[in-house]
Formats: sequence, structure tokens, C-alpha cells
Amino acid sequence: MSDFLATIGRVFLNFLARTGRLSAFTGMAVSHVVRPPFYPRLIMRAMIEIGYYSLPVVGLTAVFTGMVLALQSYSGFSRFAAEGAVATVVVLSVTRELAPVLAGLMVAGRIGASMAAEIGTMRVTEQIDALTTLSTNPFKYLVAPRILAGTVMLPFLVLIADIIGVFGGYIVGVYKLGFNSSTYISRTWEFLEPLDVISGLVKAAVFGFLITLMGCYNGYYSKGGAQGVGAATTNAVVSAAILILVFNYIITAMFFGK
Amino acid sequence: MADTPKIQLSNVHKGFGRKVVLDGIDLSVARGESVVVIGGSGTGKSVMLKCILGLLRPESGSIKVDGEEVVGMKARDRERVMRKFGMLFQGGALFDSLKVWENVAFGLIQGHKMARGPARDIAIEKLAQVGLAASAGDLFPSELSGGMQKRVSLARAIATSPEIIFFDEPTTGLDPIMADVINDLIVKCCKEVGATALSITHDMASARKIADRIAMLYKGRLIWVGPAKDVDHSGNEYVDQFIHGRAQGPITMELRA
Repeated sequence: MSDFLATIGRVFLNFLARTGRLSAFTGMAVSHVVRPPFYPRLIMRAMIEIGYYSLPVVGLTAVFTGMVLALQSYSGFSRFAAEGAVATVVVLSVTRELAPVLAGLMVAGRIGASMAAEIGTMRVTEQIDALTTLSTNPFKYLVAPRILAGTVMLPFLVLIADIIGVFGGYIVGVYKLGFNSSTYISRTWEFLEPLDVISGLVKAAVFGFLITLMGCYNGYYSKGGAQGVGAATTNAVVSAAILILVFNYIITAMFFGK
Repeated sequence: MADTPKIQLSNVHKGFGRKVVLDGIDLSVARGESVVVIGGSGTGKSVMLKCILGLLRPESGSIKVDGEEVVGMKARDRERVMRKFGMLFQGGALFDSLKVWENVAFGLIQGHKMARGPARDIAIEKLAQVGLAASAGDLFPSELSGGMQKRVSLARAIATSPEIIFFDEPTTGLDPIMADVINDLIVKCCKEVGATALSITHDMASARKIADRIAMLYKGRLIWVGPAKDVDHSGNEYVDQFIHGRAQGPITMELRA
């Protein structure tokens, strides 16, 4: 019995310790993002890695999402003779929800994992200690450029995903479902408000921050060789994905929940 | 001048959870001296170095560098003190995303704010000092053999002409000849830059070669400290057992399942 209680206590204390460590890590990371010295070369490299090299994955995700959305809403809405709403449904769903969330999840898998693996390997091979002995703050050198790049680049990626997603819907709408091209386009614009797109971009920035934070955090505290790095990589992706879904709800509620 | 020691540890304690690793270490290293700490695996040699470097924080005790207390020092002051140090890591710890010359020049570019051009020239010069051609500078660390990586690591440790250099098991994992080459380089480099050296190793050949003084760490305490030439007649049975590498003696390996 006392064993059981001790286990509960240990798990709870462990949880508190982790929460505290993550909060301290986040605070340190953010403070180093805004304070000089900066490393433009490293920020640039992280931006290219996150923004440019994620384009194919995010673009493919967006185009197929837009296409399937047009198909699904057409077949569903035809049951109550509302096929005309397809263009509007596609553009609202893509900009508000699907582009930021799906792009976020794809980038979490790509970037979160690679950051955790890279920083984790640097940790277990003492490269992070070596940075410190060479008078370089590892937060400034490793963490801050990645978090800054993630927060800045994700909105751009999502903006592109918005456009490609809507385009995917247009392709299916016009070439498969027989909509008139100019009608589809005007329907797309008709009910779209700036806030729809802006809320999606705000989400993207938050997701970019969360993905890079989780990648760096899990990598930074990984230990125990290859197995530890593997665990860090898994944790980075899973925690980023869950946080994306949670924050997606919170941000939606802040923008549209009345 | 019999001035303040370069490094002074007094009564340093450090543990992880319930396990006590350092149990009251006292050690002082004079300017220009080379001290080697020997001891078995897991006796806390690396932990001691990491405490001095500020990578780990001791629970109690004082560590002074040039008479300046470094335990609990602020990050900015620590960066200033760190510029006095060079460190050769056990596994090399080269940055694998950077070329060899960028690794060697790292401390110059980042720590000392030198421009890349002149830093590269110094890096090539340091590589030559450890017997590597300038062409090796454009390779990545993963393209080098273990012995060459150690040499690059040594070049990086001495690149900023530090006042104090730490060597963490410099010869581990090298063949005996390469180990001796590294030992010679360590002795030569320390003489050339006039650096104070603190090394940890369990390789006695290496210890004899690079040490002015030897200290033996056992169960978190320094059980013997003396000149390197006295190590063979220390009169300490622990030291005797260690330097002759006998399984029988007062030191028993704690084998646990």
C-alpha cells in the first residue's frame, strides 16, 4: 500500500519537476530570442530548413486536403440541395482550420523530430558542453535561432498552404463537379473575411513556436546515448502534435467563441 | 612569485540523488603546472572537471580560478572566465555540422569575436601544430579517423591560446602509438602556450608523460597527491594497485547486477 502511494507521489513530483523545467526552458529561450548577440547565419539556415524544405510536404498535404474537402462537401451537401456552398466551405475550412493544423502536424513530424535528434545527439556527444567551454551560450546558439525561425516561417508556409488548398478545391469543383470557373472563384471570395485568414496565421505562428520549442527542449534534455535520442525524438513529435491540437482549440475559442 | 594558485578547489561536494560522487575534494594547481588526476571509471573524475567548468554545480565547497570564486557565478562573468579555458573532450565533441577549420576557429569567432578570415589562418596554423595538413581543414569531422579527430579536438582546445587547458581522457580509444603522439602534442602545446593543465585519465603511460604532479581519486576523495616521479613508491596501496592494474587489492570493483 505504501509502495502504491509512494509511486503516485513520485509520479506527481516528477510531473511538477518537468513542468517547472519546461517553463524555465521556455523563459530562457524566449529571453535569448530577443537579446543580442544574434546569429543571422544560423537563423537563416533554420529558416531555409523549416520554410523552404517543408514546402513540398505542406503543399501536397494542402492540395489533397482541398480536393477531398470539395468532393466530400459536395456529396454531403447535395443531400439538402446546398451544393452551391462548396466553394465557401472549402475556403473557410482551409484557412481557419485545415491549413494551419495539418501544416503544423506535418512540420512537427519533419522539423520537431530532426531538431530533437540533432540537439539530442549534440547533448550525448558532449557538443553542448563544448559550446559552453568555447564561451558560447547553447541557448543563444542552438535554441533561439530555431525558435525564431519556426515562429516566423510557419505563417508563410500556412499562407501558401491556404492558396494551394483552395486551388485544390477549385480543381475538383470545376473539372470534376462541373462548377463554372468564375462562379466558383466569386463564391470563394464572397464570404471570406480577413479574420479567417489572420486567425489561421496566428495559429501558424503559435504552432511554429510550439514545434521548435518541443524539438529543442526534448533534444536539450535527452540523455543516455542512442536510445535517449530516440526517445527525445518521439517525445518531441508527440508533444508538439498534442500541443498543436490543444492550442488550436484555445485560439479558435479566442477568435470565434462567443 | 608564489602567487595565488591558478585553480583551487576546497572541500567540493557533489552528488546525484543519493549517490555521492565528490566527497570533499581539495586540490590546487599552480600556474604553468600540469596535474593529472587518475582513478578508475566512475570515480567522479569527469564530474570534477565539469564542476570547475560550471557545467555542473557543486552542492558545497569553493572553486577559485585565479583567486576568483566561480561557484554560483553569473552567466556573464562565467563567459568571461570561460575564455581562459580550453577543453579536450573525451569523445572529441567536435561540431559535426561544421568543417574542421570552423571547429578549430569556433572559440576565436564566437568567443573572441574575430573575423572569419584571420580566424581561419590561425586555425590552419593550429592544425599544422598538431600535424594535420591545411587540406584537412575543409573536411567534416565525420570524414576523419578517431586519432585525427582527437588531434582536431586538441587544436580546438589550444586555438584561443587559453591559460588553462583541461584534458578529459585524451588517449582513451587510441592505439598505443597514436596515444603517445597525442601525449607528446599535449606536452608540446602546453609548453608553447605556457598553459596550466589539468587532465584526467586512467592511462598510466599518459599520466607519467604529461604530469608534473599526480593525484588519485577514489570514492569521491583525493587519496594521494604527489610529484609524478614519486608515484611508483607512493607507499599507498591503493595507488600501487591502480598503477600496476591488479584485480586484487584494497580497491574492489563493485559488481552489481
